[in-house]
Amino acid sequence: MQDRASGVLAALGTLLLLSGAAIAEEKGPIKMGVLEDQSGDFAVATIGKVHGIQLAADEINAAGGIDGRKLELDIYDTQSDNRRYQEFMRRVLQRDKVDVVFAGFSSASREAYRPIVDQFKGLAFYNNQYEGGVCDANMIVTGAVPEQQFSTLIPYMMEKFGKNVYTIAADYNFGQISAEWVRDIVKENGGTMAGEEFIPLGVSQFSQTIQNIQKAKPDFLVTLLVGTAQASYYEQAVSANLHVPMASSVNVGQGYEHKRFKPPSLANMYVTTNWIEEVDNPASKAFVEKWHKKFPDEPYINQEAENSYIAVYLYKQMVERAHSTDHDAIRKVIAEGDVCMDAPEGHVCIDPKSQHMSHTIYLAKVNEDHSISFPKVWDDIKPYWLGEVGCDLTKENPEAQYTPSDNPKKSGG
Amino acid sequence: MDFLSSLFSFAYQAGDAFAFLVLSACGLAVIFGMMGVINLAHGEFILCGAYVSTSATHLGVPLPVSILLGTLVAGAVGMLLERAIIRHLYDRPLDTIVVTWGVSMIATQGTLILLGSTMQGTGTPFGSIEVGGYGYSVYRLVLMAAAVATLAVLWLIFTRTRFGILARATIQVPHIAEALGVNTSLVYSLTFGLGAGLAGLCGGLYAPTMTLVPTMGSAFVVEAFVTVVVGGADIFLGTAPAAAILAVVKAALTSWEGQLAGQIGLLVAVIIVIRVLPRGLTGFILRERA
Repeated sequence: MQDRASGVLAALGTLLLLSGAAIAEEKGPIKMGVLEDQSGDFAVATIGKVHGIQLAADEINAAGGIDGRKLELDIYDTQSDNRRYQEFMRRVLQRDKVDVVFAGFSSASREAYRPIVDQFKGLAFYNNQYEGGVCDANMIVTGAVPEQQFSTLIPYMMEKFGKNVYTIAADYNFGQISAEWVRDIVKENGGTMAGEEFIPLGVSQFSQTIQNIQKAKPDFLVTLLVGTAQASYYEQAVSANLHVPMASSVNVGQGYEHKRFKPPSLANMYVTTNWIEEVDNPASKAFVEKWHKKFPDEPYINQEAENSYIAVYLYKQMVERAHSTDHDAIRKVIAEGDVCMDAPEGHVCIDPKSQHMSHTIYLAKVNEDHSISFPKVWDDIKPYWLGEVGCDLTKENPEAQYTPSDNPKKSGG
Repeated sequence: MDFLSSLFSFAYQAGDAFAFLVLSACGLAVIFGMMGVINLAHGEFILCGAYVSTSATHLGVPLPVSILLGTLVAGAVGMLLERAIIRHLYDRPLDTIVVTWGVSMIATQGTLILLGSTMQGTGTPFGSIEVGGYGYSVYRLVLMAAAVATLAVLWLIFTRTRFGILARATIQVPHIAEALGVNTSLVYSLTFGLGAGLAGLCGGLYAPTMTLVPTMGSAFVVEAFVTVVVGGADIFLGTAPAAAILAVVKAALTSWEGQLAGQIGLLVAVIIVIRVLPRGLTGFILRERA
């Protein structure tokens, strides 16, 4: 009995403390946790994301902050290691008590930290293209998803090069689910899979894979390789005289392989990306210019860097409209369906049902000399798939990830 | 003809895997086999060789010379490391593991901070040849030749040179060697330097075919350790046959069921060998002879 009383007392005390903190917080800074890989296998693609967040935060603070409050960043290096994500996610949510977290590159790391965000009712932005399907009210995704990248790319490639398709993909959730998307879209469009191979992360020697592809003679090859070790594929394929056209959702726009490798190892690669620094419009030019002013040594500004930059401004808009960093208030603003902005890539909006973002999708073609041309641009491609299969975060929050073969619509009928 | 071309294809794949295993493992095998030091910074010597040779190539140095340069720089760094740190730990073998691991992390992160997250590659030279409808990279044939040549040169060094004899004497019974006037500390330095140089050579040779990033050493380390563990302490009786067997296992499984099967096969082979032959192939071959 006494235990219970002291428990109540402690709870009351905590409540008082919390409300005290809440009052102080209204005037204090808004704290943003940033968990990105600044070292390890993924650092090539992700250091720019941190810079994008810093650039946006500096601009926002110079212009008076968010709703009059300064934006403060707590940046941690997650070292391309899923355990670090879990450790630091607990740290930012429990110890640093941040209002929002920007986190994650690989899908493995996202799925490693997502249960922790759900457990502590945090709010996390995942500013990365991925295999799609996360239906979780505690997550906001600004990266592109398969219905934006594959539903545009694969039919284009099939029409241009032929219907016999070969996929090589990294062997983890991103590669497996993305390959499933490719398989489905190829089938829908009357094509056939000439072959499929899943490559363990960290593999760097591809002679046998290259030979398997030569044997299958596909019309084009879908490369869903991830990490720097796997990127060795392109150089080795060209040196074995394999010149099949390639399609990808991750190359160029993420790992800027066209800048890192000697031409022509990436020639004839087609990538759907929501932005890269070669995009030729006035907004992008200005964006690249101010970026280089702050980070003169940036090797490349990729799509995830732009996503991260946009995400900070979208968060600012949500907080200012909600007049609070409270997550329910922010979700109410998202539910209004008009959280939009003009980004370097074009006009983008957050979809209330899935909390994913619409995108302008650029088809980037890598030329012989590794310059980029854009044969096609799709405006305003919405992240419609989650809504179609029954994800509606304005009504319920399943905190789940759906795939083409596993979603409510499939199991329901 | 069809049979011949598939035979060539299998020989090429096995040879390719053999070259990778031998080149990535022999530096590690020299340091472990001769000195008993488990060098976890092995991957970073490979990194060093790759970065030095690529930078040299970018500056216009011809490829063979820049690979040699990478080898020498890695060897020199290895000798420095031995003088400064490793030699104080010869009677504490477990501590050398921790120390070399620390060195490896410092080297990886230091490279990232100083040189950035990536370095532009130089492209693979020599183009390709076509056999039976498949294209093969000529440079990879060069790598196979380099692996065999490396083994041959090492054999000559250890059996035909004064350094080789002194090194073997020092490793076998250090005190007697010292009493007979051998400068054992120099021999240790040179041996460690040789191991590091071989790692550098591997880095230099593979640099044109790979992504150049600070973590690239880790792509070699697993295979290197697997080969050394299977092989045991002796390079010629252990590492070389181990690499040959593992290469055939890996090539066969990869062509049958893809990269994943190849990786699994490699690791299963290791488990079996460790269970059946605790001293590796070296122990097996020596016992057979005795």
